[in-house]
Amino acid sequence: MASIQVIGDKCIGCKKCVKVCPFGAIEMQGKLAVIDLSKCTLCGACVEPCPVEAIVLDRGDRPAGAADDSRGVWVFAEQRGGEIQSVVFELLGAGRRLAAARGCELAAVLIGSGVEERAGLLFRRGADKVYLADHPGLRDYRDEPYARLLTRMIREYKPEIVLTGATSIGRSLVPRAAVQVPTGLTADCTGLEIDPSSGLLLQTRPAFGGNIMATIKCEHHRPQMATVRHKVMEEAPEDPNRPAGELVRVSVTEADLASRTNVLETVKEIEETVNIVEADVIVAGGRGLKGPEHFAMLGELAKALGGAVGASRAAVDAGWVPYSHQVGQTGKTVKPKIYFACGISGAIQHLVGMSSSDIIVAVNKNPDAPIFNVATYGLVGDLFEIVPELTRRFKETLRR
Amino acid sequence: MNLIVCVKQVPDTTDVKIDPATNTLVRQGVAAVLNPFDAYAVEEAVRIKEKHGGKVTALTMGPPQAVQVLRDAIAVGADEGILLSDRAFAGADTLATSNTLAQAIRKIGAFDLILCGKQAVDGDTAQVGPGIAALLDIPQIIFVRAIRELSADKIIAERMTEDGFDVVESTLPCLISVVKGINEPRLPSLRGVMTSKKAVIPTWTVQETGADPERIGLKGSPTYVHKIFTPPARTGGRKFEGETAQVVEAFVKAAAEDKLFAP
Repeated sequence: MASIQVIGDKCIGCKKCVKVCPFGAIEMQGKLAVIDLSKCTLCGACVEPCPVEAIVLDRGDRPAGAADDSRGVWVFAEQRGGEIQSVVFELLGAGRRLAAARGCELAAVLIGSGVEERAGLLFRRGADKVYLADHPGLRDYRDEPYARLLTRMIREYKPEIVLTGATSIGRSLVPRAAVQVPTGLTADCTGLEIDPSSGLLLQTRPAFGGNIMATIKCEHHRPQMATVRHKVMEEAPEDPNRPAGELVRVSVTEADLASRTNVLETVKEIEETVNIVEADVIVAGGRGLKGPEHFAMLGELAKALGGAVGASRAAVDAGWVPYSHQVGQTGKTVKPKIYFACGISGAIQHLVGMSSSDIIVAVNKNPDAPIFNVATYGLVGDLFEIVPELTRRFKETLRR
Repeated sequence: MNLIVCVKQVPDTTDVKIDPATNTLVRQGVAAVLNPFDAYAVEEAVRIKEKHGGKVTALTMGPPQAVQVLRDAIAVGADEGILLSDRAFAGADTLATSNTLAQAIRKIGAFDLILCGKQAVDGDTAQVGPGIAALLDIPQIIFVRAIRELSADKIIAERMTEDGFDVVESTLPCLISVVKGINEPRLPSLRGVMTSKKAVIPTWTVQETGADPERIGLKGSPTYVHKIFTPPARTGGRKFEGETAQVVEAFVKAAAEDKLFAP
């Protein structure tokens, strides 16, 4: 069985392990680090930071998995209503980088109905090969047929790496497929690199609400699978002159299409839901807005800046704004170019959802509000005066 | 209707503080609570039971103290709890966790609906729900925001998407994961708390769960943490104070100089 221990003779009492433990499981007893096994989850985060290699994690006999002749980087080319989603271009951008580092080809997996012509776009965005499963029965995203086909393609063609967008479809599809393969899957990655020494994929993701970053490896199983957060990776540019690569048609039988779920209806909530995850500018409001009627004021500023309206949990829980606008731990994680936090004090649950925004502008009447500690620009004052004034000014200056 | 709710004990983030000196989380002494998303799953299961009859079984994997989240579930209406606890379960990634929970559910036996929270707030993966469904070979509806219809052999639910929702129909048995907003979890009644305190909750080890030792814990986990680091601290920038007109003027000027809205 796997086990972890501190070698007492080696430990120098530097406390580095205490600081990195995500579970608070290590305490100093005098000059010696002691691991509380009732709290330790054997995550291994303390092993590498120890400067004297005093912590030994025995992983037991690792299965001699299929780290074999797998080759190639794949991206799942998510489409909705026949449209390739923009996250796919980001995956192709990241995938190209990884394929270059591994000296292998980059392929896209396209599943849908009447989507063959979309393969051209994937080639122009850098795919060397497109695996296509095209059938009328694949028009709507359904977990079972999609997961079944993806699993079969992975088993048959043996890619080394498979990337999928961390979208609502991606996060339903790949956890199912990865278990069927079976292999490891890392959720919601924000960094992907090839380790130059081992050739392994280093998958970096935020954990504990983004307060720590964890780099994950999948050493003995193939493919190495990851879902990738939207709007983090650089898009692969479209090259109109790039020649088409190889199109591999994957046969689809009636048995492949068997599904115990059916999509009865797809509803777009244009009025209610602005996709804040996609927006470049977000104007968000919190408790300081004092009531639902004032969100229209934020909408005006958002409109002037071409952005979307977000909200803190306080505003959503008070019933002022629908949940789809909520930013933060129990809402969405966003990374816009500019995030306006209006009347939001900056509780940690909110900060974890927006603190990786490029620019943060805070408007708050309390000069000591924690939001100012992360704000690029802090505007101290009454938001009911400042926001309309900003709207007026930006309407003037941005009228081009 | 037999309902199984999978829950997890997580650090209480409302309790989490950042150490300003090191910019790391202060985790010592942080309370452990029921994962917030799981509270919606428990509530939904109890509401289904109240309407259709049946039994709600809460299931968790964790250290011995994780039994508390099962008591929390019983306090608001779950009928029983099962704790999966064994050192050999430790170090599990989402695949090994899915394997462990799926095996426990096979052992529990007949079920109509499995409910999970959308994701746990410590790991944020949202992978274990679909993993369990795949291993049990049952359909799944992930990110459910409302159940429209439920009968003995069918469920119709609204699945959240980026720009709205899908209405999805599934046969039973089925696994759903639920998002915030599906309901408003109730507070435990005094009687519920008393019941939960007295409840006898069995602990299943690897042997009792009947899990394959190769597919659980660290050994059954393809992925592992290579390293953990703290992202660089974000620090406050410029602050503008004074009369509204001055504040706005100063910011608009700075925004122009820094080319914030450059095309």
